[in-house]
Amino acid sequence: MNFVIPDFYPAAAEIFVAVMALVIMLATTFARSIARSLAYYLTQLTLIGAAFVTIATMDGQVSFTFSNMFISDLMGDFLKLVIYFTVATALLYGRGYLADRNIDRPEYYLLSLLMTLGMMVMVTSNHLLPLYIGLEMMSLSLYGMVAFDRDSARSTEAAMKYFVLGALASGLLLYGMSMVYGATGSLELSGIAQSIYHQAANKTVLLFGLVFLLAGIAFKLGVVPFHMWVPDVYQGAPTAVTLMVSSAPKLAAFAMAMRLLVYGLFELAEQWQSMLMFMAVLSIILGNLAAIAQSNIKRMLAYSGISHMGFVLLGLLSGVVDGDRHFALNAYSSAMFYAIAYVIMTLASFGMVLLLSRAGFEAENIDDFKGLNKRSSWFAALMMITMFSMAGIPFFIGFFAKLAVLQAVVAAGYVWLAVLAVLMSVVGAYYYLRVVKMMYFDEPVDTAPLRAPAGVRVLLSANGLAVAVLGLLPQGLMSLCAYALLASL
Amino acid sequence: MTGLPFLSLAIWIPILGGLLVLATGSDRNAPLARVLALFVAIAGFVVTLPLFTLFDVSTSAMQFAEVLPWIPRFNINYHLGVDGLSVMFILLNAFVTVIVVIAGWQVIQEKVAQYMAAFLIMSGLMNGIFAALDAVLFYTFFEASLIPLYLVIGIWGGPNRVYAAIKFFLYTLLGSLLMLVAMLYLFMEAGGSFNILDWHQLPLGMDAQTLIFWAFLAAFAVKVPMWPVHTWLPDAHVEAPTGGSVVLAAIALKLGAYGFLRFSLPIVPDAAHALAPMMIVLSLIAVIYIGFVALVQTDMKKLVAYSSIAHMGFVTLGFFMFNQVGLEGAIVQAISHGFVSAAMFLCIGVLYDRMHSRNIADYGGVVKTMPKFAAFFMLFSMANAGLPGTSGFVGEFMVVLGAVQFNFWVGFGAAITLILGAAYTLWMYKRVIFGAVANDRVAALEDIGGREFLFLSILALCVLAMGLYPFPFTEVMHASVSELLRHVAVSKL
Repeated sequence: MNFVIPDFYPAAAEIFVAVMALVIMLATTFARSIARSLAYYLTQLTLIGAAFVTIATMDGQVSFTFSNMFISDLMGDFLKLVIYFTVATALLYGRGYLADRNIDRPEYYLLSLLMTLGMMVMVTSNHLLPLYIGLEMMSLSLYGMVAFDRDSARSTEAAMKYFVLGALASGLLLYGMSMVYGATGSLELSGIAQSIYHQAANKTVLLFGLVFLLAGIAFKLGVVPFHMWVPDVYQGAPTAVTLMVSSAPKLAAFAMAMRLLVYGLFELAEQWQSMLMFMAVLSIILGNLAAIAQSNIKRMLAYSGISHMGFVLLGLLSGVVDGDRHFALNAYSSAMFYAIAYVIMTLASFGMVLLLSRAGFEAENIDDFKGLNKRSSWFAALMMITMFSMAGIPFFIGFFAKLAVLQAVVAAGYVWLAVLAVLMSVVGAYYYLRVVKMMYFDEPVDTAPLRAPAGVRVLLSANGLAVAVLGLLPQGLMSLCAYALLASL
Repeated sequence: MTGLPFLSLAIWIPILGGLLVLATGSDRNAPLARVLALFVAIAGFVVTLPLFTLFDVSTSAMQFAEVLPWIPRFNINYHLGVDGLSVMFILLNAFVTVIVVIAGWQVIQEKVAQYMAAFLIMSGLMNGIFAALDAVLFYTFFEASLIPLYLVIGIWGGPNRVYAAIKFFLYTLLGSLLMLVAMLYLFMEAGGSFNILDWHQLPLGMDAQTLIFWAFLAAFAVKVPMWPVHTWLPDAHVEAPTGGSVVLAAIALKLGAYGFLRFSLPIVPDAAHALAPMMIVLSLIAVIYIGFVALVQTDMKKLVAYSSIAHMGFVTLGFFMFNQVGLEGAIVQAISHGFVSAAMFLCIGVLYDRMHSRNIADYGGVVKTMPKFAAFFMLFSMANAGLPGTSGFVGEFMVVLGAVQFNFWVGFGAAITLILGAAYTLWMYKRVIFGAVANDRVAALEDIGGREFLFLSILALCVLAMGLYPFPFTEVMHASVSELLRHVAVSKL
């Protein structure tokens, strides 16, 4: 057997992040006195560096390495860039919060870096094994981060719940992978696709496997009926971690769905589309209805996130109509645009929750937003923009995300699905409006001034404005999404 | 015609100006915010004047058109243009904005900058609705205009303002989201075009037309509002501050009416014909039944709110008889209602600012203490009742004329409103203004000051001018109305 040295070049960003994670681990052990700041700044530098490496190695070509286990394409590169940005923003927003609670230990930054690495592997894998390894790497880091405030019973409980259910979901996913392997004889996504195309696979086993794969994907996206963990983990985790859980991993899960379903099992599109439809409908209904009843803003955003992920599924399920793949690019790029728009909005909204929290005070209830307009009309306006955007009101990015997805749904002929989605959006508007109502119509109960470092203020402002500006001019991001998918479809 | 993009200016001057006003910040800078707001409002009005003076009345084509690519990925354009159906609404809107800014000058003492900015931004967005010729652009303006009005009602409104604001928002959102689905369907059918003018030429089957008609109806009927989806309006009016009520009645309701003209009638003419009997019945119910409801109101604002619904019933009635005089009458009625209802709400605002009560029973004998005000209020009440010589008469008369042409009994039903309108308006006027001085607070009332005199007299001039010489108003819309009727008469099946 020959040993061929693989081409490391396409995986340069992953290798860079992995090496830096080890460097940070060592460096913080030796420089104990400044370990916390050192870990933080090195992590941010690593993310920036990874962005440069990714851009430098991006060539617009689809290339494979590590025996075809690793794929480098525009979709992967683009999603990775968004992920670096998201994680870096989440770390910046969360730093003060963690410091106030004395849990900004170097391990936290290390875990977030390892989580990033896991997501990068997920995004770029062309093979079931690295996909699974990436997923576990991300998930295990997240479990640790959720439990990071180890003296808090609630966080520990949330982490336990997350871990048990997450492990179950991983098991289901692995079981599904083994069935797909059994049916097709291949672990490589393109090999799986080939095998199904040539009718060489056992359809029954394959479909069973597909169901389990979907369960795993649905768990990571947090859609009904695999959503149980979402509200509890969002509420129980320290808010900085909630921000982490609710943002970048959704992109990774989206990438996983794309790789498995579109790259691997595209021939079964009609089958998985009907399953996705079931999950999308339930998510949009349940997410919106349950969010109304919440008084805790983290829980409310959790349920709202479930409904938003339902919308992402709406985009994914509109790709193939009666065997016609004409709509695929449009549909998948709209789903990707929606996922990115959601991440931008969720960063802004949890960023605002973090801004209201301070040492000894958790801003958790929607009531804590009361009278924000009186305390800071600027941040109230930004939060209002974010809420209206999530409700799908123009001129904000959330509207164009909904427009793109609904357009794909209508193009695929599912007008009833679009009607259902917009009716539930009206329900959704109610709870977003309630937050605006608290901020603008009510008197403040808490009059403490908002204290945050300049960096957080500036980035949060930019984040909120991005929701508005990308809404006024959505063309750039929309085309990027379409362009990123074009090469690989 | 000069090359200036007047429509863009009419949209963006108020919006950007509003943001500038917002930037003046806290109430310490309130005087600056007021002056700046007035300046922006006047500038916004001035740039709309060329739309009227340079308007070519001989053509039904879109004028002052501007086309720029906005979201090429979905073939969405920044496409503006006006014809005879829309141009007057833009002028009305810009004009009312100036009035609202003046009316809120002293009354609003809290968060002045935000108040003024909300109205300016709303004004720009509403100009956008009337000028947009791209469906997505229309929709974005249509929805975005909900936000400032929601805030205006919720922040500066009355005791039950939160309920009213949320009800207002959700009602209108529900309607418009269904319209969005219809728009996406039309986008597919039209082969990837959101251009409203393309949709006018698009052949559609009867089933599709009917569904689309219902979807548009959901959006526009709520906005107009038509019976039975009118229930948000009295709540919103009662709770809104005076300025909010004025904009709501004068402009926001017209959005629904305009939507019928721009979307429902030309895009799905066959469905419009088929469902016209239903629309006429609903309009007549609004006219007659709501007229009776108005009669028994004890709250002045609620009374005028219900009278608005009845008057808007006239507008929709005029649309669905498909004859020239009815349709023109309906548009004239819509514009006249813009002046008259604005004036009525401002008059009630004048009283409310002094007495902090809108109850008719708390008043009586106001003429003894506020003679100048009583004279103005008299004129506007007469206009609301449709007295010849005021703008209210012209539209109502034309619509009744059209209705009689269409069917005698429809005309008869519509004419009942002239009696009802006179009854509820004049009875309210009598109870509030005449009779013995009701109580000490009425006795202590001060007559209107210079600022109030200013805006009431401007409105009085408009009401009289439009009533005595309506020709310039009908002349502008004549070509477009003829073209619309010609278009609607041709089946798309």
